[in-house]
Parts: sequence; structure tokens; C-alpha cells
Amino acid sequence: MAEDAHTHDNQPTQESHAEHTGHPTPMTYFKVAMILSIITAIEVAIFYVEDLGHGIIPILVVLSVAKFALVAMFYMHLRYDAKLFTGFFVGGLILALTIGIALLGLFRFFG
Amino acid sequence: MAQAAATQHGEHEETTTGLNHRKLLMWAFLGSDCMFFGSLIATYVVYQGKSKVGPFPEDVFSIPVTSVSTFVLLMSSMSMVLAYAALTRGKMKAFRIWILSTAIMGMTFIGFQVFEFRDFANYEVHIDCAHLDVEKLTEFEKTFADQCADGVEEFEEQHGLTPRTNLFGTTFFTLTGFHGAHVTLGVIWLLSIAFHSFRGGVRPETNLDVDLAALYWHFVDVVWIVIFTVVYLFGVFPGI
Amino acid sequence: MTTLSIPVPSRPVHPTGVWGWITTIDHKRIGILYGVTAFIMFITGGLEALYMRAQLARPDQELVSPEVFNQLFTMHATTMIFLAIMPMGAAFFNYIIPLQIGARDVAFPRLNAFSYWTFLGGALILKLSWFFGGAPNAGWFGYAPITGIQYNPGHGIDFWAMSLQVLGIASLAAAFNFIVTIINMRAPGMSLMRMPLFTWMTLITSFLLVLAFPVITVALIELMFDRFFGMNFFVPAKGANPLLWQHLFWIFGHPEVYILILPAMGIVSEIIPTFSKKPLFGYPVVVLSGAVIGFMGWMVWSHHMFTVGLGPVANSVFALTTMAIAVPTGVKIFNWMGTMWGGSISFKTPMLFALGFIWLFIIGGLSGVMHSSAASDAQQQDTYFVVAHIHYVLFGGSIMALLAGTYYWFPKVTGRMMNETLGKINFWLVFISMNITFFPMHFIGLDGMPRRIYRYSSEYGWDFWNLVASIGAFALAFAILVFMINVIRSAMKGEKASADPWDGRTLEWSIPSPTPEYNFAQIPTVRGIDPFWAQKRERVPVAPVAGGSGEDDAHSIHLPQPSYWPFLASIGLFIGAYGLVYYQSIVGMTAGILGLALTIVSVYAWSFEPVNDPEEEH
Repeated sequence: MAEDAHTHDNQPTQESHAEHTGHPTPMTYFKVAMILSIITAIEVAIFYVEDLGHGIIPILVVLSVAKFALVAMFYMHLRYDAKLFTGFFVGGLILALTIGIALLGLFRFFG
Repeated sequence: MAQAAATQHGEHEETTTGLNHRKLLMWAFLGSDCMFFGSLIATYVVYQGKSKVGPFPEDVFSIPVTSVSTFVLLMSSMSMVLAYAALTRGKMKAFRIWILSTAIMGMTFIGFQVFEFRDFANYEVHIDCAHLDVEKLTEFEKTFADQCADGVEEFEEQHGLTPRTNLFGTTFFTLTGFHGAHVTLGVIWLLSIAFHSFRGGVRPETNLDVDLAALYWHFVDVVWIVIFTVVYLFGVFPGI
Repeated sequence: MTTLSIPVPSRPVHPTGVWGWITTIDHKRIGILYGVTAFIMFITGGLEALYMRAQLARPDQELVSPEVFNQLFTMHATTMIFLAIMPMGAAFFNYIIPLQIGARDVAFPRLNAFSYWTFLGGALILKLSWFFGGAPNAGWFGYAPITGIQYNPGHGIDFWAMSLQVLGIASLAAAFNFIVTIINMRAPGMSLMRMPLFTWMTLITSFLLVLAFPVITVALIELMFDRFFGMNFFVPAKGANPLLWQHLFWIFGHPEVYILILPAMGIVSEIIPTFSKKPLFGYPVVVLSGAVIGFMGWMVWSHHMFTVGLGPVANSVFALTTMAIAVPTGVKIFNWMGTMWGGSISFKTPMLFALGFIWLFIIGGLSGVMHSSAASDAQQQDTYFVVAHIHYVLFGGSIMALLAGTYYWFPKVTGRMMNETLGKINFWLVFISMNITFFPMHFIGLDGMPRRIYRYSSEYGWDFWNLVASIGAFALAFAILVFMINVIRSAMKGEKASADPWDGRTLEWSIPSPTPEYNFAQIPTVRGIDPFWAQKRERVPVAPVAGGSGEDDAHSIHLPQPSYWPFLASIGLFIGAYGLVYYQSIVGMTAGILGLALTIVSVYAWSFEPVNDPEEEH
């Protein structure tokens, strides 16, 4: 089943080669790492802004979700792989999240 | 070269879905492990702010230090993915460098954890009575403020945080301990692969084995992203 | 493969006898191991029950002390759920699933063997607790803080927790295996919506297993950390909330009961169409309702906690979700009835048990719906009314279906038919005595008899029905004895069975009985639901895959080789678990370390073991 579109290429630039086949290049991975570092730095910086009070919670949640998604989509390759893998992972994730929130609700707001 | 690239993600196998059995297994496992960590994190969150005695998170956490270890773990994910990329391109020397770097960064992370846990266990309440500013004390420290009467210069007392001390200790050490155990297992796995590679056992065609280790490694990183936010950054907010 | 300097013994080649069974990775043999072990465990659980029923037969008896009685009900329930029903289900998953999907084995044969041996280890850890200073005594649900070290200083709870952890590993391994097998090893043409119902229910059950077991793993870890290391997860004095245990346990525990019933429903969904000579009515709806039950099973757990004081909002939400989950269950029942309607019904023993399942499960479901109202549950909770419900759904449901499955698939496994006359006697004995045992429990339950009491006095007026229930229990034991006799006699000298004794519909009936080692001489191509039926009736042949294994020649088919590493890895876990229980002693600590080391070494050797011995001659 040699459907490989890249077997007869004669090596255009690394990056367009990769975009053509759907595989990220090392440069992409490095860029993702930079973004992850910057987000972490922002998180830590925001942590020290006292005026925001409880307001930092939604901000930090959004930033963490962004980091999580970047690692999952690019490093774990979910963006380029079979959707079934995403289904398995996100299924477990959403179930854990939902039950966690339910427990939080049950303990903080009810009973 | 193209041959190596062809064996990367998405290669068609003789299975019903065209996907590799072991890769499917790893993803099912990761979904399941979400429930494992989810339960531990839920326990932590449910008990947040409920400890009867200190120390509490704001007393012991050092965000700057933990940020460094978080950064190290994030970078280890980058080196892991670069290791895999090198392998599929047949660049064996680069592969070995990157995979060993990943393992070393993992061990560094564990090192940070060990030191952090030790610091917590040796925590001392320290109040500078001579320049006392009650507003700047933590809740726990405030309970010792009255020890500053009668010309006492400074007040010091050992109040180490262990898994037995309070709910915070119990839930914190258990959660981060199991995460650390997962990291340790990952390090052992990566070192095994590196060792195997020095004996010529790892080739571009067998890249699936490294792919599986990489997925596990990234998962462990992703769990830490959650823990760093929920446990450390939210640590200052009792009773969320 | 890579050259390791350590000489690793090669894999066994055509092992025989006991060594053959220890190193087997053949799903059929593993299925038989599960089935036999589970049945033995079922007997031990039954004996525990009989002891209790003897004690409760009359008021004011003292056949057992209250302490022993606590151990009896704990062991009975834990045994029946984890050591009997689940592994009997696993026996069928193992034997039947590859046959139904047209495969030669499961995706990970060695992992499969590991699941069985680990299950056996976990089972032994639990059952041997009787002889190691006392069995666990805090109920199968082990509520904190009574399971804490302060109130339960002995080792019983430790054995309970360790056995459940080990059993959990076994269940997880098996579930992962079946997920990959069912998704990835189906015969060409068998899309998901052409799979047999039993395969579908196994898939859904496996998803439930891999998502639910981690939660109880965490709960048990937390309990063990409290007990072993003095931590505070369930120590109220430190601010802990014992309800956390209950929530974590039931977040696992409720999906667990669907894990117990969905495979049973799958079996019934195979038998009813076969013995009605009609396709399953509304196949997609039956599949969907199974999936919906699996999904909604996550939203109902606090109905086990209606009386702990969660408050009206929480109680109402969970009451509504619990009532809602009755809908997909009811749908299945209508589909089974619709299947039979207008069919040509044959009342052979498998069909009798399947029909018995439907009837008894309806009763269990009805009492379940009665529990779903938080208000009425306030009266029923912790009374024998719940015991009645449990046993109607688990005995009248799961066990009846497993008995049905045994009678149904026995010919395929052994090549012999079970005795039909004895089978019918067996069915009626089981059906009647089951009702005599458990129906009266509805009455005494509503009349106020609490669960888990070892003794009662006459003033409450429960004497008569308790006696009836106890008589029923002994009659039920006799019925099971009849079953055992039928199984053993039939295995030894039952009438020889053809490949297709029931005029079946699914692929397992298209191959010889007993099943050849390689299952299918040629992997079939499937063109619809009930592919074998289509081949027989509509002349749609189950064609071999083009360029498949060719001739019907067993020797040209390459099967996975046996291995002893899964067995050794399980032994490591078994030893390690005991070591952990006794970790405070030198012996225990040593055992723990040795066991762990054995498991680690075995897993390493397992990963480096060549998949197929290259020296093996074809």
C-alpha cells in the first residue's frame, strides 16, 4: 500500500516537505517548546499579581489548557494521527474532568 | 530516508483499523490513566483548605523553584519528540543524545521533587518578631504571632510537612508521589531504550517502541501541567 | 533479534501436561482456566452464603459469632462479584470473542495469560485470608472509617484491599486486550454494526472496566496509605470526610454492576435469536441501548448514598438519572420480546435459562426502580429489600445468563452436548429455588429487617420468611450441584456434538466442535449480521480472504508460541502483595522486594522475548 506521496520527492525544504506529508518538523517542535515556556512564564508572572485575587483562576485554567492541548496535539501527534486515538484519550479525560467537577460540587455546595 | 519516513505515524498495518495494536493499547491506557490521576487530583481538591493544622500550601510552596522543575519537564518533552524525529530519519547519534537528554531531564525533575519534599519535611515556622508585620504573615504563621510578646527577637519552631501531618500533606505527597513514580518508570524505560540502542537493538524500523515510550512520557508531562496549576498555582486559595 | 549477553531460555515448544497449561497463551485454554477457577470460587461463595442462611434460618441462633458473620457476608459478596461473576464473564470473553470476530487469538496473547494468572493470585489472596488471621469483615464496599486501622487492626482488610488491587490489574489487562482485539482484529467485512451482540457488550464492558477500575485503585491506595503509613485520607480527626471513600467507591461501584450485567445481556442477545430462528429485533437499538447504559452508568452513583445526607438537590439529581437509566434497559427487554414474536421457538435448556433471565431481571429491575426514588429508598436502604434486588439482578440476571451461556457454548468448547433432560431439571430447580430464596426478602426487607445482622429475635415477625429463604438457599445449592454433575458427566461422556448443534447464526458455529487450535482454517469474509446464518439460509458464503492461509492445513497456520513469563510475572505480584501486607516484618519486606523484582524481571524478559520462536519448524 505505498501511497507515500513523499517517496518520489527530491527533498524540498524540510518544512514544506513536512507540511505536505502532515508530519511536524524539528523546527515546529522547537517552536512549540518556546510557546510552552512563554506560557509557563506568563502563568508564574500572573501568579504574583495580587490585585487579580481569585480572578487568576480562570486565566490560569485557560493557559494550562493551552499547554495541555499543545503537547497533546503536537508532541503526542494527535493532530496528525487517527481520530480514534483522540477519542480514547479525550474520552478518559472528559470523564475524569466531569466526575472531578461533580465531586467538587458535591463536597463544596451540597451536603 | 523516505523508507524511514514511511514507517512514521500513520503507517498502515494489517489490522481492522490500519492502526498498530500496541499503539491502540497505549492510547487506551492513557485514557484510563486520566481516571487514575483524576481521582487523585479530585481527592486533593476536595480536601483543599480542610486541614486542621498547618503548614498549608502558602507556607511551604516555592513557586519559583517549582517553575524551574516544570520548565525542565516541559523541555524534556521537546527532547523526547526530537529523539523520535531523529530516529525516524535514521540519525542514530542524535537519537541517542536526545533520548539520554530526556532521561536526564526526567531525573533532574525527580531530583527537584526529592529536594522539595525534604524541604517541606524540614519546614520551620520563622517569625521575625523585631519587625513584626501581622498583615504579611500567612494564616499558619499568624497562629504563632502571640509568641512574639516580651521582647522575643524571633520565633522559630519545627513544623515539618509530612504525609501524616495533615490532609494537605497526605493528599499532596500521594498525588505528587504517584506522579513522580510515573516519571521514574518513564526514566527507566527511556534508559532501557538508550541502553538497547547502544547495543544496536534500536533501528528506524522499530521506531514504534520509542513512539510508545514517547507517548507515555508526554502524558506524564501533561499530568504535571495540571498538577502545577491546580496544586501549586491555586495553592494560595483555600477552599476553592 | 538483538543479541543479549544474558542467556535467556527459549520459549517452550509444544509443551504438554501441566507445563502446557502454565505456559499457554491460547485464548481457548485461558477461557477454560477462567471458567473452572471461577466456578470453584462460586462454590466457595455459595458455601459462605449457606452458612449465613443456616444461621438466619431461625431466630436467636448462635451457629456463628457476629464477628464471623461479618466476615461471611463480606467474603460472600466480594467472592461472588470479583471471583465468580466477573471471571465467568471473562471465561466467555476469552473463549468466544475471537471465534465470533473471525480471529485466531486475541491481540496480546501473553497479556491474556497474565490476566488469568494474576486473577488466580488475587483470588487466592482473598480466600486464604480465612486462614491468615481472619477474613475482611467490613462489607464488600469497605466503608471508611470502619476499615481504618483504628477500628480494624487485623490483617483482614489488608488482604481485602491487596486482593482487589491485584484483581484490578488482572481486569485492566484483560479489558485493554479485548478493546484492541475487538476493534482491531475483526474478520474482513465485519464492521462494528455487523458484530455479534455478545462482542458488542464485551467491548462496552471493557471500556467501563478500564475507566472505572482506576478509581477504586485510588480509593484502595488511599485506604492502604492510611492503614500502613498513618496518613489521613479517611481520618475524621484530621478533617477528613469518610464520604470521600463512599463517593470514590461508588463511582467505581456503579459502573461495576453494569460490568456484571452487560455481558450477561450479550449472552442472552445471542441465545434468544438462535432459539427463535429470527434475527435480533432492532439490532442497532440493542447496541445503542448497551452503549447508553454504559454511558449513563457514570451518572447515577450516589443512589447508593441516598441516606447519608447529601441534601435534596443531590438526591433529586441522582434519583432522576437513576430512573432514566431504566429506559435503555427496558428497551432491550422489548427487543428480546420482539425477537421471539413470530419466531419458531425451541425451548432447549439455553433458551430456558435465557427466558428465566428476562423474567428474573425484570423483577430485579423493578425493585431497582423502587430504590431510585430517594424518598422510598430511605425505607429500603440497608434492608433485605436491597438484598432481594441485588440477588434478582445478579443471580436472576448474571448467573442465569452465565448458566445459559454454559449450556449454549459447551458443545463448541468440549465437542459434547450437555444432557438436555438433566438441563431442564437443572433449570427448573434453579428457577424455583432462586425465587423461594430471594422473593421473600422483599417482604422482610420492607418489614424492616436490616442487612448484615447475624441474628434476629421473633418479636419482629421475620421468622417465617427467613426460614423459607434458607430452605430455598439449600435447594439452590442442590440445583447448582445438579449443574455441576451435568457439566462433569457431559464433558466425560456426553453425546458428541456437531459443529452447529443449535442451527446458530454467528461465526463460532461455522468451525468444528471442539474448536481446533487454530480456530479458523481460513479467515472468513463477512457480509452482514449473523454471517453464518446468511451462509446457511441465504447462500451468502462466508468466503475466505483472498490470498489467505490457503489449504485447510493446520500446519501452515502460524500461531503464537507459549510463554512462561506471564505466569512468573503474576507470581511476582502474588508474592509482592503478601510482602506488602506484612511489610513491617523482615520476611514481609523481603517477600515484597523479591516479588516486585520477579515481576520486573519477568516483564523485561517478556518484552524482549521473540514474538515467534525463529527456530520452530513449520
